Amino acid sequence: MPTVLYALNAALQNALASDERVVIMGEDILDPYGGAFKVTRGLSDSFPDRVITTPISEAGIVGIAAGMALRGLLPVVEIMFGDFITLIADQVINHAAKFRWMYNDQVRVPIVIRTPMGGRRGYGPTHSQTMEKFFIGVPGLRVLAPNTFSDPGDLLSKAIFEDNDPVLFIENKLLYLNTIHDSNRLSEFEFFEQTPEPNFYHHSKHNGTIADLSNNYAPTCMLSLRDAPPPVLTIAAYGYISEFAYQAALNLAYEYEVFTELVYPTQLSPCDMGAILSSTKRTGRLLVVEEGTHNLGWGAEVIAQTAENLGSRLLSARRIAALNLPIPASGPLEEAVLPGIEHIIQAAQKMV
Amino acid sequence: MLYFTAMSDDNTLYEDLLRIRRFEEAVLDNFPKGVFFGTTHTYLGQEANAVGVLDDIHSGDIVFSNHRGHGHFLAYGGDIRSLFAELMGKTTGVCGGRGGSQHLQWQNFYSNGVQGGIIPIATGMALAEKRKYSDAIVIAFMGDGTLGEGVVYEALNMASLWQAPILFVLENNRIAQTTPIEMAVAGDISARFKAFNIMVRELDSSDVKEILPVAAELIAEVRSLKSPRTLILNTYRFGPHSKGDDIRDKHEIDQLRVERDPILIHAHRLDSNHKEAIELKVEKYIQEAFNQALADPLPDASKALTGSINHQ
Ligand SMILES: Cc1ncc(C[n+]2csc(CCOP(=O)(O)OP(=O)(O)O)c2C)c(N)n1
Ligand SMILES: [Mg+2]
Repeated sequence: MPTVLYALNAALQNALASDERVVIMGEDILDPYGGAFKVTRGLSDSFPDRVITTPISEAGIVGIAAGMALRGLLPVVEIMFGDFITLIADQVINHAAKFRWMYNDQVRVPIVIRTPMGGRRGYGPTHSQTMEKFFIGVPGLRVLAPNTFSDPGDLLSKAIFEDNDPVLFIENKLLYLNTIHDSNRLSEFEFFEQTPEPNFYHHSKHNGTIADLSNNYAPTCMLSLRDAPPPVLTIAAYGYISEFAYQAALNLAYEYEVFTELVYPTQLSPCDMGAILSSTKRTGRLLVVEEGTHNLGWGAEVIAQTAENLGSRLLSARRIAALNLPIPASGPLEEAVLPGIEHIIQAAQKMV
Repeated sequence: MLYFTAMSDDNTLYEDLLRIRRFEEAVLDNFPKGVFFGTTHTYLGQEANAVGVLDDIHSGDIVFSNHRGHGHFLAYGGDIRSLFAELMGKTTGVCGGRGGSQHLQWQNFYSNGVQGGIIPIATGMALAEKRKYSDAIVIAFMGDGTLGEGVVYEALNMASLWQAPILFVLENNRIAQTTPIEMAVAGDISARFKAFNIMVRELDSSDVKEILPVAAELIAEVRSLKSPRTLILNTYRFGPHSKGDDIRDKHEIDQLRVERDPILIHAHRLDSNHKEAIELKVEKYIQEAFNQALADPLPDASKALTGSINHQ
């Protein structure tokens, strides 16, 4: 199976080749350099007119992309480091993501903003963060995060071509060189990939809205050990940290006879709860793992929605996340701030 | 270069100016009655800018406007009743009541109420039109206070680098909300644009017939040369920033209302019969549009909030 980097790069190549409306913009993305993380390598050589290197103007680029999208193009923007999405917040929240609704559905803004995110590269406090928690929950914005259990290239293609609304596409830096798991080769596991049923959210009287997820293309993977006793704990995670959860699940099963079910959504916002709820209904326990800071994040929302849905059927719930601190540069400090496999194993043992 | 422009006749220009004036007066007069939601920023005193700039645009041209956008919308050809209705939050409003005064979208007209943020978007639209080999250009309005926003300069840089077919119209009314320009804008305004190699024309006039030919010339250049231009219009805001929040010296404003009123300046060109007929027509029209909008239904929230974007 290919690496995530290869899959994303191929998806961009194919997007440019198959549709003239696609333009790719970002800082230092031209060949031979091909972008800070090489996701755009080879693109400008093949499509010099539609691969645009930009000044260091994150907000400006996203605004320009939104303007292009309003006028019929399909722009894909790279933000060099995910940490810098703070700079695009106004353009995303008060412009791109808002236009469709505030203009009474008279316009669409089909942009994709891709950005590498996350730590464990020693880049220090401003180049290692996990920032999507500040963008999930924004009305009109879809936030996606691929992992290696489903095809990141396919997800990116769908974000470009099948989604008329703005997408923030989070690529954990450590995913790039990992290979995509071949579901046939995950021999120890029962493996399901599902896209949420369109009517799942049907009518949430709660907040007085009906979610139209008919266009929900982002898959969620569920894994549980084959021929094992029924799982007693659901572990939900997204992005790179799914790998940790996977390692932890194997360890928990073989060392401690704790059987878990893994649930990996690729859509963070609107919050994709379908598989998490159905799994937690079976196991009664939910452990949520994320690389972002612990408080007020994705995990908090997932657990809140699960509690609202399951009531007393939810026996216990916990979050594993980074400490509420900036990310240090020094290796041992960074490791101490970020969540690891060991944290997942320990938390799981305490919960069952 | 000389460009031929099919300038509207004096009567039409007068009607266009007066429609905006009477609309804005009706807005301010009726706000205390509680018929509108939120707030408003009226275009009183600046009417000649929108009418002059937008008189000669093509149907495909795009206008991106800001918080003070009623005049731009009406000069673009927007419907008075649907603008009233939008301010009243009615289903018949320009955006069904979702947007309100500062958030309009109709045909190729867009507006947003966040200072400066529209400038890169308008630039992107211009670049898209250029990529599509269309003939359309973009006209983006901003105020002097908006020069404080950093993203404006990111956009100017890229507009010049990539030669976007866009006309930036800077309406310098010398004040931003309550802050006079001396307290907010350092240095030279036109130099800001020139520094990016964007050619600038500057006028200090409230005469639609002075603004119109200069704007038309710039628009023709933007269109034919596929290149950005700036028009700085030194102008005066007669009314409050929004409602009843004017801290300026009243005598100064009264003086401006005598010297720099675009309606009075242009009215001299009409014979009195035509002038009166237009005034009656506009007043009647505004009154009817207001009454219709008032009678229009408010949205049914149980239906109007469904569908469309992803919630949760
Ligand atoms: C980003 C942002 N900051 C503040 C405001 C509040 N605000 C609305 S209009 C305005 C003044 C704008 O002044 P200027 O650009 O000169 O335009 P004018 O009102 O004079 O037409 C301010 C501060 C806003 N809408 N957006
Ligand atoms: Mg001003």
